[in-house]
Amino acid sequence: MSLSYPVASDHQLARLLQIGMVLEEVVEARAHKHFESLDDDERDAELEALLEEAAEESAGHRTELESLVDELEGDPVAYEEIEQLVAARYESDTDTDGVLYDQLASEETAYKFYDDLITAIEGSDVRFSVDRDRLLETLRGIREDEAEGVEEVTRLMEARA
Amino acid sequence: MNTQNQYLKAIYLVQEQEDGPASTGKVADALDVSPASANEMIGKLEAAGLADHEKYKGVDLTDEGIKRARDALQTYCIIERFLVEVLEVEEFRAEARQLESVIDETVGDRLDTIIDRDPSCPDCFDAELDVCCHLVSDLDIDREVESEAAD
Repeated sequence: MSLSYPVASDHQLARLLQIGMVLEEVVEARAHKHFESLDDDERDAELEALLEEAAEESAGHRTELESLVDELEGDPVAYEEIEQLVAARYESDTDTDGVLYDQLASEETAYKFYDDLITAIEGSDVRFSVDRDRLLETLRGIREDEAEGVEEVTRLMEARA
Repeated sequence: MNTQNQYLKAIYLVQEQEDGPASTGKVADALDVSPASANEMIGKLEAAGLADHEKYKGVDLTDEGIKRARDALQTYCIIERFLVEVLEVEEFRAEARQLESVIDETVGDRLDTIIDRDPSCPDCFDAELDVCCHLVSDLDIDREVESEAAD
């Protein structure tokens, strides 16, 4: 076991990016499931827009990560596979609060993951097969989106409190 | 998982194996760090009320230390199971050790939403084999270890 392990190889970087892809797929699939599980009287335009935007944003991030994983000769993780796993273990949060809390947890988790990953890459002097600047620029952009996502969900939660 | 939690997890597992206090040397070995580094961190854990250290005897986790160690171990189990079940990684134990410092508890909790984990987790963790005992039978890990020992 190594402590505070920096990202030490293409293989390890690809694995971490795969995990990022899975996290994005989980966000996307759960956002869809949340929307499906809401009763008609719980649905409203703001919540619908938030979930739709979260799913779209995650799909975009997934594409960006997939391109990096491809370059590192790693295997992408199929969305359909994760969607099935999410569906198999999904416990529906039938009220709006539950959905918003889950969405907040998704955005916060993703932010923390990218933040730790960026720190680990910055702490590594390994020369990766992908351009380091582009890699960090992509991950920082995604991290920024996640931070905005946290703010957006928090705003909506506060407005409903 | 931060460095402190990795230490707590290592001490917890050494204590499980020893059925008593964990010696600094064994903790250092488990983490592949120098005894001096292990001593320094054990001092910090003691100051934080997470461990009690007695010279020549070893380190014992406090109740709070045990709780944190078990949470860390659970996150580690999630990483291993995720690698096996979702990404189908053969060398999942080696990769989990590499990944654990980058995957924290919140990320582990999300990954946990798509894996199949035993309710007894983390009590099902086999410290010696560094793997959940349910994966040992699923993946024939015993045989692998025997074959490695024979080499």
